[in-house]
Amino acid sequence: MSDTTVKLSDAAIRRRMLAEFWFYFSQNRGAVVGLVVFTLLVVVALFAPVLAPHGAATQYRDALLLPPVWQEGGNSQFLLGTDAVGRDMLSRLIYGAQYSLFIGIVVVSIALFGGIIIGLVAGFFRGWVDNVIMRVMDLILAFPSLLLALVLVAVLGPGLTNAMIAIAIVYQPHFARLTRAAVMSEMEREYVTAARVAGAGNLRLMFKTILPNCLAPLIVQATLSFSSAVLDSAALGFLGMGAQPPTPEWGTMLAEAREFILRAWWVVTFPGLTILVSVLAINLMGDGLRDALDPKLKRS
Amino acid sequence: MVRFILSKLLFLIPTFLGITIIAFGFVRILPGDPVLLMAGERGVSPERHAELSAQLGFDRPLVMQYFEFLGRLFHGDLGNSLVTKKPVLGEFLTLFPATVELGLFAIVLATLIGVPVGVFAAIKRGSWFDQVSMTAALVGFSMPIFWWGLLLIIFFSGILGWTPVSGRISLMYYFPDSTGFMLIDSLTSGQKGAFTSAVSHLILPSVVLATIPLAVIARQTRSAMLEVMGEDYVRTARAKGMPQRRVIGVHALRNAMIPVVTTIGLQIGVLMAGAILTETIFSWPGIGKWMIDSISRRDYPVVQSGLLLIAGMVMLVNLLVDLTYGLINPRIRAS
Amino acid sequence: MSILNIRNLTVKFATATGSFTAVDGIDVHVSKGEVLAIVGESGSGKSVSMLAVMGLLPDTATVTADEMTYDGRDISKMSKAERRKLIGREITMIFQEPVASLNPSFTVGFQIEEVLRINLGLSGRDAHRRAVELFTAVGIPDPEAKLNAYPHQMSGGQCQRVMIAIAIASEPRLLIADEPTTALDVTIQKQILDLLMKLQEDYGMALILITHDMGVVAETADRVVVQYKGRKMEEADVLSLFQSPQSPYTRALLAALPEHATGDRLPTVSDFFQEEAAR
Repeated sequence: MSDTTVKLSDAAIRRRMLAEFWFYFSQNRGAVVGLVVFTLLVVVALFAPVLAPHGAATQYRDALLLPPVWQEGGNSQFLLGTDAVGRDMLSRLIYGAQYSLFIGIVVVSIALFGGIIIGLVAGFFRGWVDNVIMRVMDLILAFPSLLLALVLVAVLGPGLTNAMIAIAIVYQPHFARLTRAAVMSEMEREYVTAARVAGAGNLRLMFKTILPNCLAPLIVQATLSFSSAVLDSAALGFLGMGAQPPTPEWGTMLAEAREFILRAWWVVTFPGLTILVSVLAINLMGDGLRDALDPKLKRS
Repeated sequence: MVRFILSKLLFLIPTFLGITIIAFGFVRILPGDPVLLMAGERGVSPERHAELSAQLGFDRPLVMQYFEFLGRLFHGDLGNSLVTKKPVLGEFLTLFPATVELGLFAIVLATLIGVPVGVFAAIKRGSWFDQVSMTAALVGFSMPIFWWGLLLIIFFSGILGWTPVSGRISLMYYFPDSTGFMLIDSLTSGQKGAFTSAVSHLILPSVVLATIPLAVIARQTRSAMLEVMGEDYVRTARAKGMPQRRVIGVHALRNAMIPVVTTIGLQIGVLMAGAILTETIFSWPGIGKWMIDSISRRDYPVVQSGLLLIAGMVMLVNLLVDLTYGLINPRIRAS
Repeated sequence: MSILNIRNLTVKFATATGSFTAVDGIDVHVSKGEVLAIVGESGSGKSVSMLAVMGLLPDTATVTADEMTYDGRDISKMSKAERRKLIGREITMIFQEPVASLNPSFTVGFQIEEVLRINLGLSGRDAHRRAVELFTAVGIPDPEAKLNAYPHQMSGGQCQRVMIAIAIASEPRLLIADEPTTALDVTIQKQILDLLMKLQEDYGMALILITHDMGVVAETADRVVVQYKGRKMEEADVLSLFQSPQSPYTRALLAALPEHATGDRLPTVSDFFQEEAAR
């Protein structure tokens, strides 16, 4: 009996917290716009095969470098024009959304998972374990992130998978640091001592007691890393180290379009614009999340 | 103060050793034969393989190799490029001024615009200026700069024809580089129009490179100013009857700059990453382009040493920032 | 003749949940050379009304008054430049947190010499000499050396002395002291109060002392205004206030003084209100 009442009040608290979160989040107009755009992006990615008028790799040999429909010489069959080998820009951009979201999710998942484990271990055990781990994290952070990712990819071999791994490795110290700092401040709290006295084991303490209480900064960092991952993977693609042609990844598309910049503005403009809009939307959401989750910043 | 600097320097030693380990271990710790990795798809004959192995010292134990690497490092020997056969350090030093010139120009641009914009946005909080500039800052922060650079080329070079597309100076001019800084060299060369040409080549790349730091600095300045303006000592300055300009420009700004200086320092790493992209787009003959070219040519001694040199440089700049931080923050200096 | 005259002052703050009235129809007047104490609990709006006079409230505040004059001149109608000639020269103010009130990035010497140079037009050398005199006047030992100190290198009491030195630098006619001793050690409190009273006499300036401490009021004030929740409860000269308090709130405040405690528990203001209500 008492068990069920506890569960009910738990759910009620969670509902109230969610309502409060939504209140602060929706106060921020930019964040809501970001959320809407991001949702659209997800829908486009999920329904790409339905939405795209043409295949991502289908080449129309008689329609090379066609301008967008509103410009002279445009064709209503290819709304945003075609690229140098006659592929439909719009369709490639739509399929590209899949790649960007996929990259973001994979990179953040790996970095988050690795960072949390490492940070928990460092913050929980302290001593030399902590020292060694944090020194290594500091070292990784001493390198400019894109450069380190580039060199990692160069060693692992160019390609989308390796690019994602490299970016995740480079981002992971941020999560480790955040987790460690949060764990260390949480360890001081009474409820941890209480759990320990009650006989909770190390693993249970780490994952069930402490981790849920340091999620807020991790969520904010995850959002920021998501947008950076989209940006950095596009940069790697642009430098020829990420996804390889003919993948319709936006950065790779830009790299292929480079030589046409003065002849066909649309092959350059649209892929970059989609990168910018997606990254901007995620960053707007991130700002809103930070305001809503971080009580320290709420007052300003 | 001297002790403060010394303690900071001492703290750098383990970090620098760590950087050497990472740079050294990059190729060797990972699976695969480094010689084959360098040779790429072409492959090598067994004799050439053994020769290269011995030349690069791969036939000795790993720890020995590392200490030899470290020993050579202290003598300034960073190995030779596999492609050009020239010493890596020499190549680095020739190309380095180009990147410094670009980076300095960009960070100065970002600071000179970002700080006033941030200050003004904070003072006029909620105004149209605040909203427009902070929206612009977020767009800048989200900018894929490699695309931004291409857009600027399309517009300013392609459509308007105002600026050149690539390089540091027009091919019309030739003079030996005495300092390596094109702005200085072109000015001292005495050739007519050389300086103007150098400036026009520098504008677009530095705007591109400055974009993200500018956005970050503007945002950081605004939030630092907002925080400082709520402090008691700002109220005191007003109560003393100080003019508004002085309250903001002296009392508030001086304190707000403390976190902003740290932010500007952190942008050096961002700048290095940005330089790789910017130099590629504008064919700017600097460290960034050198690194990306070496990576695609699998010129592994260059990649290894370049990584080391860049990380070491970022580390040194961060030290300088730390020292500046101590200079402008009396609370640190005294303790 | 009063040098500061305020009638029906109201201060409202715009907040996310609507408008909040911090000061509601307060009258304040203070004469040349007089010591006026404004007493009330925290949140009674006593600081806010004085910050309104100084023009130091944030933009979210709306200040209205039937009359707000200094020396017969209407403060509310003054341009920003005119008002600045007044603030920091003829009317000065010191605050509750002396350490936080000084700028951590500048030496205290810079912060006092700045007033002397900009407000009084002194040369750098004259400003320095005058700063030394002022530091001596407020009892800072080794003033030459202390001018080069940063606020964090000084104690709270010394910082408050610096603040006082800055406040009297322009020989003001009115000094507003907002809880000047609250943040200090008990032993220092008395010294700072004595210093303020001595300077008030020496310079012949009017002093408005904002406090929540009835003990401080008894020792210093000529006249007292008691404020509660943004409203004036009572105004009287100090003797009659302590002898025959008129308002129930004043009686409650006095009853809460430790000296008046009977039994083993200190009475509080709310105890008194409950008693009143029960009667």
